[in-house]
Amino acid sequence: MSGPHPLRTLESIVLIGIGGFAGSNLRYLVARMIPGPAGTLVVNVVGSFALGFVLYEAVYAGVLAERTRAVVATGFLSSLTTYSTFALQTTLLAEPVWMIANVLVTYTLGFAGVLAGRSLARRVDGGAGE
Amino acid sequence: MIPLDPAYLVGTGGAVGALCRTYVSQRVDSETYPFGTLAVNVLGSFVLGLVTFAGASEEILLFLGTGACGSFTTFSSFSFETVRLVEQGESAAAAANAIVNLLGSLAAIGVAWLVVRTVLG
Repeated sequence: MSGPHPLRTLESIVLIGIGGFAGSNLRYLVARMIPGPAGTLVVNVVGSFALGFVLYEAVYAGVLAERTRAVVATGFLSSLTTYSTFALQTTLLAEPVWMIANVLVTYTLGFAGVLAGRSLARRVDGGAGE
Repeated sequence: MIPLDPAYLVGTGGAVGALCRTYVSQRVDSETYPFGTLAVNVLGSFVLGLVTFAGASEEILLFLGTGACGSFTTFSSFSFETVRLVEQGESAAAAANAIVNLLGSLAAIGVAWLVVRTVLG
């Protein structure tokens, strides 16, 4: 079994770490500006949109390098978005109706974000092909 | 003790969380179903529940809660993989993925609450 060169592995570790550092700090910044479930909703929807764009761009256009995509997706965007805080905030809401609303709104806008990112990736491809 | 800048606490925790997520999802993920994301989301929700309910200090909450657990778990990969399952004609698997991630994470937080209550009395 021959894996990647040790220095390449080390480089990936450093880049994913930097992405995690930046992504979590941006999430923290948004949480301080918009406290509670609303701030978590914002990072999760924006991050889903950006991830949808970055990953579908691979399918339609392929302008980004494979490793750039991996680092941006795994390091930065996956750290910007969070499931644990979303789940914890949902349990801490006072009324069951708000809990259901938080789940439905987060899920709906998150999936819509991925689809919007996909549409944008298709347009980028259309522009490059002309 | 010298107070640490919140950005360093959150960022360092976030770097650790992102690397642990990469490691776990490479170990657990399968070709057919995104088990890796499910695993990190449930495990990270459990740990976040533990530090929150245990009444940890502000520094530990920033490092472990906001930083590490926040980055270890992911919503963007979850929503991308769910949409991907629908595109592949696996609507039932997509619906199951959406429900299992939610119920698994909520149950993990419930278990964390019980553990903290049992240990701390």
